[in-house]
Amino acid sequence: MSIGSDEARRLLWQMVRIRRFEEKCAELYSAGHIRGFLHLYIGEEAIATGAMPELRDDDSILGTYREHGHALARGVPAGAIMAEMFGKREGCSGGRGGSMHLFDVSRRFFGGNAIVGGALPLSVGFALAEQMRGTDRVVACFFGEGAMAEGEFHESANLAALWKLPVLFLCENNLYAMGTALGRSQSNVDLCEKTHGYGMHALSVDGMDVLAVRDAMQRVVAAARRGEGPIFVEFRTYRFRAHSMFDPELYRDKAEVAEWRTRCPIERFVRTARERGWLDESDLAAIEREVAAEIDEAVAFAHAGTWEPLEELERDVYARAPAAPAARA
Amino acid sequence: MSATIRTTYREALRMGLREALARDERAFLMGEDVARYGGTYAVSKSLHGEFGEDRVRDTPLSESGFVGAGIGAAMNGMRPIVEVMTVNFSLLALDQIVNNAATLRHMSGGQIEVPVVIRMTTGAGRQLAAQHSHSFEVWYAHVPGLRVVAPATLADARGMLWTALQDPDPVVIFEHAMLLPMEGELDADAGPVDIDHAAVRRPGTDLSLITYGGSLHKCLEAAEVLAREGVDAEVLDLRTLRPLDVDAIVASVTKTRRALVVDEGWKTCSLAAEIMALIVEHAFYDLDAPLARVCSAEVPIPYPKHLEDAALPQVGRIVTAAREVLGR
Amino acid sequence: MIEFRMPSLGADMDDGVFVEWRVSPGEPVLRGQVACVVETQKGAIEVEIWDTGTMARLVAEPGQRIPVGRTMAIVAEPDEDWRAVAASPAALAASTATPPPAVAPSPIAVPPTVAGPPPAAPASTAAVSGAPPRPGLPPRASPAARRRAAELGVDLDALAAASAGAPINVADVERAAAAAAPPAATIPAVAPGTAAPAGAPAAAAAPVPGPEAAMRAAIAAAMTRSKREIPHYYLGSEIEVERALQWLEDFNASRPLAERVLFAALALRAVALALREVPDLNGQFVDGRFRRSEAIHVGVVTSLRGGGVVVPAVHDADRLTLPELMASLRDVVARARSGRLRSSDLADSTITLTNLGDLGVETVYGVIYPPQVALVGLGRVVSRAAVRDGAIVATRVVHATLSGDHRVTDGLSGARFLAALRARFDDPEAP
Repeated sequence: MSIGSDEARRLLWQMVRIRRFEEKCAELYSAGHIRGFLHLYIGEEAIATGAMPELRDDDSILGTYREHGHALARGVPAGAIMAEMFGKREGCSGGRGGSMHLFDVSRRFFGGNAIVGGALPLSVGFALAEQMRGTDRVVACFFGEGAMAEGEFHESANLAALWKLPVLFLCENNLYAMGTALGRSQSNVDLCEKTHGYGMHALSVDGMDVLAVRDAMQRVVAAARRGEGPIFVEFRTYRFRAHSMFDPELYRDKAEVAEWRTRCPIERFVRTARERGWLDESDLAAIEREVAAEIDEAVAFAHAGTWEPLEELERDVYARAPAAPAARA
Repeated sequence: MSATIRTTYREALRMGLREALARDERAFLMGEDVARYGGTYAVSKSLHGEFGEDRVRDTPLSESGFVGAGIGAAMNGMRPIVEVMTVNFSLLALDQIVNNAATLRHMSGGQIEVPVVIRMTTGAGRQLAAQHSHSFEVWYAHVPGLRVVAPATLADARGMLWTALQDPDPVVIFEHAMLLPMEGELDADAGPVDIDHAAVRRPGTDLSLITYGGSLHKCLEAAEVLAREGVDAEVLDLRTLRPLDVDAIVASVTKTRRALVVDEGWKTCSLAAEIMALIVEHAFYDLDAPLARVCSAEVPIPYPKHLEDAALPQVGRIVTAAREVLGR
Repeated sequence: MIEFRMPSLGADMDDGVFVEWRVSPGEPVLRGQVACVVETQKGAIEVEIWDTGTMARLVAEPGQRIPVGRTMAIVAEPDEDWRAVAASPAALAASTATPPPAVAPSPIAVPPTVAGPPPAAPASTAAVSGAPPRPGLPPRASPAARRRAAELGVDLDALAAASAGAPINVADVERAAAAAAPPAATIPAVAPGTAAPAGAPAAAAAPVPGPEAAMRAAIAAAMTRSKREIPHYYLGSEIEVERALQWLEDFNASRPLAERVLFAALALRAVALALREVPDLNGQFVDGRFRRSEAIHVGVVTSLRGGGVVVPAVHDADRLTLPELMASLRDVVARARSGRLRSSDLADSTITLTNLGDLGVETVYGVIYPPQVALVGLGRVVSRAAVRDGAIVATRVVHATLSGDHRVTDGLSGARFLAALRARFDDPEAP
């Protein structure tokens, strides 16, 4: 397939941006500015990068705790995301969520869910609402292959197929559910075959190839919009780093990691872009510079952010906060 | 005083559902057997015919799936009424309710609303044995982000739903199974009622019987028995379990100086314990007797009638406990 | 110079055991490179370095348990000479320094009060203490207080009126009974072996506690009430008493044994005289206001042989000469220990002095005995080195503390008192 220089540049910029952002998060976590859990998208950038541009502004997106890349690709400002990771008020979730709970309703980015499989039923509901209102909007739900062991996946798949809902079940199969390899967790590791059982369209895509991702997404988004029902897409990918920061990776072979690193989506796309004449050396350098500046600015923004005052502890629990009882007479 | 109609709690619930579906096009009912079957307790009978497949929707047996879907639909602009057949099955959906519905507003820094209503039948008394007899109102009342109500009268069965549906936050409504066939008078023009306040169902001066849901009428009966003994008991129907109407509780106990809480949940870590703690915090110096409670016995609810009756709060136990509180 | 520190890799990681270096001094390091391996409770983790430069000096050694934040190595920046950096005093200091405090949000101090009404359900504390009086309503008295009032024949309504609506507890009832009753009536501390306090109705339902238990209960009630109602502030000051002690030695040198004055009496006098200068510390807080006392009666905390303490007053401590004070002190302690105190001994103190020096304690911050508004604490006399005229000399000092009722005084008054106390010790003879 052929794409122009502009689009090639945008795709590369997005992947590099996500990569550098995640690397910066690792550094900031080690320095103690980001706390709690941190799950990095390094190695998987091609999926969010290739997928997001194919969705409309009025489509809805739900994700997992490994969602920084998705948020960035969806257009949530890097500063707002970084501030959220720091816990500052200026964060995209008001500082209340942290790394695993990035929300931006204005961009229809609905998080950010820390329960594996937790967003799957929600996405069914989102799609149900669209169908009831007769829109042609679709719902993209990103999840890891580990979620396919959860009952919630199967209930959601059944419901979506039964009611023919416009849900895209986008499975980022990075072969490990934290420390458990796919083969030790699924009786049938052919994920597409599993979903055939629900009467759903399913396809498997090389998740390390941003162009393949983009192409697949174009097709499935169009099909879902046409009302053809839910579609399952398996993106075959790999995370180059551990599950989270505090993970010695005892469960996988260093040789395997090294082998997958040779399939780095960024390096691969750079090679392709060079070969096809879409981009050259100066473009690459410019992208790195631009990305570095943006991330530095995001970090500065986060550092400069403010802490919510303690008096506001109990806000945003209810829309109508219950009235305090009358003073004791 | 307007005209009244004679009807049942079950029919009052149906009236509330009908109003919601008719008045708010965003509203729809979803749950197991609510459509074709007409509702496992016949609450939604005929609604499917009236409003159609889209608005009254049968779901497969997927509590987590369809409760989560209800939450998602609410996030995306609809006003779903999700019916979980009983609180016993709601445990399968607890993750979606506690980790999503209750938290999303807060975790998103106030961006997300979850205006979902989840209705569940609750309680024991029909010899359905341990797995079908739970009273887990207190589990839900424990969670910030949820509102929990327990309609115990026809007017509340008729009117709480609309108010709950218009509330921007998730509301869990507990409908006690034994109340469904209860007959009574309902205002002909009954409509939405508030979900923020408790109600004094019987004013009194000697003792506050504080209760909710299926135990309300047992308390009213107990109050009649006590009246014949010269004891004037006040009966307070909590109506809202989260947040509890602390002002009403305190006002009642300040007046009567004695409180007996009647709660069908198990005694240990019960809602009754929370109410007693609140009374101590706010009205300690007005008490003239230790606080007391009548709850279910510490046993999974047994099947045979005499044992089930013995496990649950009954009028007799309430009267006995009241006498003890009064020092008789 | 860059310090490469032990990172925190997880919420529950406090430290790691260093395993090995992957870089040697003199070798370049690149941002993102694995620099070392650390063993954590989850397993061995390769630790990346986030700076570019040259490894200068390795600090961490295999087998060491290193807390998060501690420096593991010194790295020279790209434009620095790594050998110079490795040998620099800064590098040496950094190698032995303790880790900087963890990164935390700065306004972590809890604000003294929550601004504005809380948005959600109320905090629990609300009603229990300090609510306004409610005319026409039954007095707020705890169930235990009501029972005690019944036992002692105390009129709760009158007591409630007198206490301006503050909740009434057992101690309040007992104090009211003591004020109304004849001497030695309800003061449980008085006489080991005394029967039930006079005034208790014969038909008292509850069993009367033994004297020691009753005393403990009274102390407990008083101390609890003190902590509940009195906002304490505490000041301390180290006072040189070398001159005073030498003066005392001289004073005692010419006196028979029976007439010798102890340091305790000297201290008592110093406290009483200092109190003249800060009269707001001398009095009682009753019915919601402070009543300054003209007379200075210093309660002296006295331990009893069977356990427990009693606090008899030395009356007019500021007006007695030192020998008179000593005699008074001796008398009152003797009577305390033999159970022959009078009610005036116990009810009249306008301030209390607790002197734990004999027990080896250096500093005591005491709890004020309500309704007093201050308590002075003295520790033991210790020798210290001090610089005088450019030379180091040995001197003796005592740590004096003041616990003050912040409703009546503040640190300024307290400080003035301690300064006055110091002046008294400096000049023991002054009138």
